[in-house]
Amino acid sequence: MVDALTQVAGAGAGAVAGANLAETAGLLLQSGEPLLPPEYFPNGWERYAIGGLFVGLGVAIIYLASGIIAGASTFLETTLSYVSDLPRFNRGKYLRSRDWRVVFTVGIVGGAAIYALLFQDGAWTTAVQPWRLFAGGILVGVGTRLGKGCTSGHGVCGVGSASRTSLVNVATFMLIAVGTAQLVAALGVSP
Amino acid sequence: MSDERAVTDGGSGEAAQSPWFLPVVLFGGMVFGFGLGFSQMARPEVVLDFLQFEDFGLVFVMGGAAVVTGTTFFLATRLLDRAPLTGDAYTRRLKSFDRNVLVGGGIFGVGWGLSGICPGAAYASLGVGNVTILWAIAGMFLGAYLQGWWRARDATSTTTATSAD
Repeated sequence: MVDALTQVAGAGAGAVAGANLAETAGLLLQSGEPLLPPEYFPNGWERYAIGGLFVGLGVAIIYLASGIIAGASTFLETTLSYVSDLPRFNRGKYLRSRDWRVVFTVGIVGGAAIYALLFQDGAWTTAVQPWRLFAGGILVGVGTRLGKGCTSGHGVCGVGSASRTSLVNVATFMLIAVGTAQLVAALGVSP
Repeated sequence: MSDERAVTDGGSGEAAQSPWFLPVVLFGGMVFGFGLGFSQMARPEVVLDFLQFEDFGLVFVMGGAAVVTGTTFFLATRLLDRAPLTGDAYTRRLKSFDRNVLVGGGIFGVGWGLSGICPGAAYASLGVGNVTILWAIAGMFLGAYLQGWWRARDATSTTTATSAD
């Protein structure tokens, strides 16, 4: 475990130095056997873990300063309150939080832009087809709001709270998403 | 499941208690967004690779993030009194369980599996220059609106003039 932590820290320093993460990939046991089969991690695992630590750190900063547990999907409903008269979007807790949620989301966009400027060659655009993004987005919009959270709300903050509601929600969306993605790929839709 | 009481949604959000409130939220959001960019979650392709068992890196993203939040929530609720910028008490994120948690999770799962995008990652994707993601963001707002419109309609047709939760 200590070795693993040291390697994560080392990989972090390497990443900052712009080193090729693929070269540092491969968590080794003392025997030299790979603990994590490389075929499951074609891009290594370090950048995922380091990125995840930053995601958690962002939540922790806001939480420690304000007591607020920030998820990303409530922004959708609270922002609709600026333009919609539906009572659903104009509940007190939404009106009170809508301004800081806009600021939080602007921060997410800005933080990702800083990543892109430091570590990415120019703007990156997805090859996933627009109809998939749009149709998937509608379902994501319905599902996160009906289900009380998303991958950050339930997946990161709820799981971090050991909430059984969140664990059930995460298990549900993981299973369904795996099935959906496999089905879509089997139907030959790519990307 | 019913042992979890619903608590207030992410604090009171009584903003402007301190002039530092919004700057700190902005900074926290930036760290959060930087992490989403660095972890490749701003790329729907990487999420779809995970869901097709071709790259398990996403486990480390959610796991790494949950370890940090879990440790923070655990320590703060035991050791700290009230948050400096709002005066709010430190709580854990506990939502009540009901059928909507399952139905909503299932609908979200279909959307996530179809598109590879989720809300936070979609905002971050805009930050890495992915203008195509605006399709997904537009879809999410439309979906959130449809959900609100439908539930408001449902509430008024089943009960007379009481607002749902």
